[in-house]
Amino acid sequence: MAVETVGAAARPRWELPGWIASIGLLRESYVGLAGFLIVMFWIVVAILAPWLAPYDPNINIYDSGVAAPPFTAQHWLGTDDQARDILSRVIWGSRVVLTVAPFATLCGYIVGCVLGLLAGYYRGWVDAVIMQVCNIILSFPVLVLYVIIMMKFGPSALNIIAAVTFIASPQVARLVRSQTLELREREYVAAAHIRGEPDWYVMLVEILPNARGPLIVDACLRTGYTAITIGVLGFLGVGLRPPDPDWGGMIRDTYSYLLGGQIHMALAPAIALSSLVVGFSLLADGIREISMKD
Amino acid sequence: MFKFFAKRIVGLVFTMLVVSFLVFMTFEFSPGSVARSALGQFATKLQLQKYEEEHGLNRPFLVRYASWLGVIPDHKGNFSGVLQGDLGYSALWKTQVNTFIWDRIGTTGLITLVAFGIIAPVSIILGVLAGMREGSRLDRTISVLSTITTSVPEFAMGAFLLTIFVVGLGILPGTAPMEPDSVWPIPMQMVLPVMTLMAYYIGYLVRMVRASMVEVMTQPYIRTAVLKGMSFREVITKHAMRNALITPFTAILLQLNFLFTSIVVVEAVFAVPGFGRMLVDAALYKDVATVEAASLFAVFIVVTSQMLGDYAYMMLNPRIRFS
Repeated sequence: MAVETVGAAARPRWELPGWIASIGLLRESYVGLAGFLIVMFWIVVAILAPWLAPYDPNINIYDSGVAAPPFTAQHWLGTDDQARDILSRVIWGSRVVLTVAPFATLCGYIVGCVLGLLAGYYRGWVDAVIMQVCNIILSFPVLVLYVIIMMKFGPSALNIIAAVTFIASPQVARLVRSQTLELREREYVAAAHIRGEPDWYVMLVEILPNARGPLIVDACLRTGYTAITIGVLGFLGVGLRPPDPDWGGMIRDTYSYLLGGQIHMALAPAIALSSLVVGFSLLADGIREISMKD
Repeated sequence: MFKFFAKRIVGLVFTMLVVSFLVFMTFEFSPGSVARSALGQFATKLQLQKYEEEHGLNRPFLVRYASWLGVIPDHKGNFSGVLQGDLGYSALWKTQVNTFIWDRIGTTGLITLVAFGIIAPVSIILGVLAGMREGSRLDRTISVLSTITTSVPEFAMGAFLLTIFVVGLGILPGTAPMEPDSVWPIPMQMVLPVMTLMAYYIGYLVRMVRASMVEVMTQPYIRTAVLKGMSFREVITKHAMRNALITPFTAILLQLNFLFTSIVVVEAVFAVPGFGRMLVDAALYKDVATVEAASLFAVFIVVTSQMLGDYAYMMLNPRIRFS
């Protein structure tokens, strides 16, 4: 009985009302609130894409002409070099980014948490082996790794997820490991040992939830940066397969027109992607700021 | 000290070996052969065979790796591997890698040096200004702006800068071929690539300097300095900054890995014939020799800078140095 209260008391108080209440905490940080609203905006756009988009994103509307100017009643953001409606492509593109980026980050987190927990909890040779492998992956120029992986396995959403997982997990593992090294010395971990809990239980139920503060902030930032990575891969031409709209690919296809003065085609997806990543970063800042206050 | 460097250098060599082997292996098992991409799709089987024999591609994988490394002779019987300083033959540029890679490295190095020459002082000043009074209006403004500039992807930032300075104002060139005989002088060509790098890294470093400065400002010795009647300016420059800059200084060296990514993108955006572009072009063409050489160079830079970063951290922080 006494042992269980130790476990309960060690949990921070603000967790108790549930995760919805913690969103309410964002009131305390305008920066975080702004980020949250930007991210929510794009999530809503992505969910409602079929109803919001005025045209099919892959259809060529030759009646409107190629590279039609923006701010007309027919095409709010104009049409691109293949006479496709840019607004529709940006809207549908948000779906791609907002499914691939969070999912890829999640996969990176699952692998990274397991590795980090094992390394930090068992220490010794397990730690040495895992960290050596992680260091090798980390010393590799990230983009080369991405390009090589994408070249080898071909461009597709699944391969982007695999590549991001491969590259993000060592970084996550490092973070989780440093947290685990600290948390494994806590009383509630000792209490769990005395209760006779198995190692996996101690790692997943006692240590991991208590390490979540920095992990949530990092996950937020990382999702934004994964969105950038997807964009960069699209921009370099090894990203998602055309013709489905992908913001990075859209910028790449219309970049040459930028110098010719037809700026709207590349700027629309550039602003969309930038705003999404800024949203994630501000949200991370806000969460960090609020957690510092407690 | 000797032990520290000896251990790290062994680690460096080991990492370079593993990385080079992995790169070799990845290319080995990727679809499409080198001979095919060199000779085009209309080459006959005999031509392909001849090309492979000429370039020693028909030997087993491990043998080719060892001869590329220079520990066993190649198909012509010479030792000509990395250990002998021969980086191999580039299938894409149809010449020895050694003939062009150093120019590429020089171009990229120049842009990076100029960029960091501006980034370091600017971000230290902004970071100290933001971090010395946590929560002040100045702090909030600088923090939010730096979060925004680090969050905008480099290629989007490139698009924005091009729109403003090339399309809108027309005062800068949109591409940087880095040749003196083009319309714009080289320093003008470098402005936009450097600005794109600056936007990202100033934001990043400002946040780091600020965080470290905020932490230092809560230390008791700062309070002591204020209480003994020292002016605020002196407290900042003489006491706070010195300690606050240790972490960001080492962090710069640890971040070089991500700098490579930025450079690849910046070079793609502004058509700079640099190291990053070369690397991506070679990877897309399956030009193993060039990718290997470039990866080895990148790993060397990254790991060496990490080593120096750790060493500098030890030297700058007496608590670690003397323990």
